[in-house]
Amino acid sequence: MSEPGNRLGRLFSWDAAVVLVTVVVVLVASGAVENFGTSRNFTFLLLDLLPIALIALPMTFIIVTGEIDLSVASTLGLTSAVMGSLWDAGLSIEMIIPLCVVLGAILGAVNGFFVTVLKLPALAVTIGTLALYRGLAFVVLGDGAVADFPRDYTSWVTGTIGDGPIPNVLIPLIVVAALFGLVLHATPIGRSVFAAGAGEQAARFAGIRTGRLKFWLYVVSGAVAGVAGVLWTLRYSSARADNGFGLELAVVAAVLLGGVSIFGGKGTLPGVLAGVVLLASLQNALRLQDVSNEALNIVTGVLLIVSVLLPNIVSSARTALRRRNRATAPGAVSPER
Amino acid sequence: MSRRFITGAVSAGLVLVLAACSGTTKNDSTDAGAQQSTAAANPNAAAKEGVKMAFLPKQLNNPYSDIEVSGGKTALDELKGEYKLVGPNDASASSQVSYINTLIQQQQNVIGIAANDPNAVCPSLNQARSAGIKVVAFDSDAAKDCRDVFINQATTQGIGEALAKQAKDLSGGSGEIAVLSATPNATNQNAWIEVLKKELAKPDYAGLKLDKIAYGNDDDQKSFQEAQGLLQSFPNLKVIVSPTTVGIAAAARYVSSSSYKGKVAVTGLGTPNQMRAFVKDGTVKQFALWNPADIGYLAAYAGVALSSGQISGKEGEKFKAGKLGEYTIGASGEIVLGPPTTFDANNIDKFNF
Repeated sequence: MSEPGNRLGRLFSWDAAVVLVTVVVVLVASGAVENFGTSRNFTFLLLDLLPIALIALPMTFIIVTGEIDLSVASTLGLTSAVMGSLWDAGLSIEMIIPLCVVLGAILGAVNGFFVTVLKLPALAVTIGTLALYRGLAFVVLGDGAVADFPRDYTSWVTGTIGDGPIPNVLIPLIVVAALFGLVLHATPIGRSVFAAGAGEQAARFAGIRTGRLKFWLYVVSGAVAGVAGVLWTLRYSSARADNGFGLELAVVAAVLLGGVSIFGGKGTLPGVLAGVVLLASLQNALRLQDVSNEALNIVTGVLLIVSVLLPNIVSSARTALRRRNRATAPGAVSPER
Repeated sequence: MSRRFITGAVSAGLVLVLAACSGTTKNDSTDAGAQQSTAAANPNAAAKEGVKMAFLPKQLNNPYSDIEVSGGKTALDELKGEYKLVGPNDASASSQVSYINTLIQQQQNVIGIAANDPNAVCPSLNQARSAGIKVVAFDSDAAKDCRDVFINQATTQGIGEALAKQAKDLSGGSGEIAVLSATPNATNQNAWIEVLKKELAKPDYAGLKLDKIAYGNDDDQKSFQEAQGLLQSFPNLKVIVSPTTVGIAAAARYVSSSSYKGKVAVTGLGTPNQMRAFVKDGTVKQFALWNPADIGYLAAYAGVALSSGQISGKEGEKFKAGKLGEYTIGASGEIVLGPPTTFDANNIDKFNF
């Protein structure tokens, strides 16, 4: 969408539009939906979108390179299950948390190995590990739940700063999101990610080791899913094998809605975060209005389809306009790509 | 790659070693910090009108919970309260939490909840209670320190014993049996199965052998397949006991259309309407259940009694529940609905739910 040097294109870029729509939705909901704009609701909303936002960060990188990771929710579940069983075994929580993050990274490395070393299609690999990791989670913890986590930790995760509306967990999330945003949009690594997504061959000729890049992206994705698993477990004070079931689809939906192309090469992190906030706010507002789940799903589905369709319509309209301009004004210079 | 990897691994190892030195473990004492309502109940207080009560079942569009909450609606109409129904589409542990949060926002007076996970809903239920909302658990309990009362359809012991007795009667006193349950983490199903196992260990039941506990996840298709699998794996099976309405119907449907009809008994907990055809065609001889509508009805009366200050959830307090008569709160806030009813060819046509 964003063509360098084309200011109009930048202004009407998809991700800018998503940010705008999100702001409008939040403002309208605050005015029109009773109890939406309260500080307590703000806290609930942020706590609900936290795991999705967190996992969406590395997912953005992966989808921009043209790959996908559907195993994130199962990684979250397996991490949660392992966390529960280690806690039951008497390990200290300070020991368990880093172990869980390392476990997530290892699970991500397994995906990375299959995708980059064995050159298997990411979709097939991560659907496979989606089932595998979830199955392992049930092997680890069976059908039980572990719930007696230390109160200090659980209340910190669900708590807010100075009993205000801002959850304790928001600050680290903002820091991490800023970090991911900087890496994607202002470093050579980020440029390599876009290059790998735009054209793998060309990127390789330009000296980018796309395989290694993708491998580490999967490792980071797994580690972040591990962090999300820890946070999820503490937030609900319940380690279970079925934690985060189906979350991968919410994440991918938010990323695509945020203007990342499923074919790779395009997308921005602010757009993705706006996508996460948009979906979560809509859900929250509609629930406060007692809208049924079925209607919620329909809204989400329609939004997704529109988000995939609209950019295509806009870009083909632009191309048509350009052609017409070229036809009517011979000699006019049009920005070529 | 290798050098960087080693550096990373070493630093990760260091972090772990450091973390291992000190820490909070399971064995450190944690205070439960249970919330006790300090308000004294006044049994003579008038029942409030206009009480806003929201029902949050395990999941929506489940025939059993639909009947449960319909009883709640009837009761709230009688009490001139406001009834609301919300809930997730999937019965996962954490899915109920955001609904509880929504109900806090909407300033309901009472939340009636069938918990998918007794602990996952705990923090948000306690937030609701500190916002002045009364919490009535029904059908599947939440942790004891996050609700005011629990409406128990029957004692766990009573149900487990009834299931064991059904298995014994239908097998003729000896043979192989199997259980087809709901989800592996369903609080109530697991509790009943525990009692069933204890009963089976008694000398009275020495002739019965429990082959397997299968899980159909309260999904019709999966339950059907699990029933099929049980009969294929255990050719000598005499009885399938399914303590869930979805499971018993799926198992009965499979058996009635297979060569096992008349040879393998299906029993457990089901509703008369879904089981009627199978009782008439001889697939099912008997099964049991309480009236689910009465659970919701009792939950609504308990909710309004709490909201009106007639009860506070302490043992020994009494309240009136409309057509069901007077109830007394038992230990740890438990209110038992009554014994389950056994349905068979003789009485099934008297019931319509």
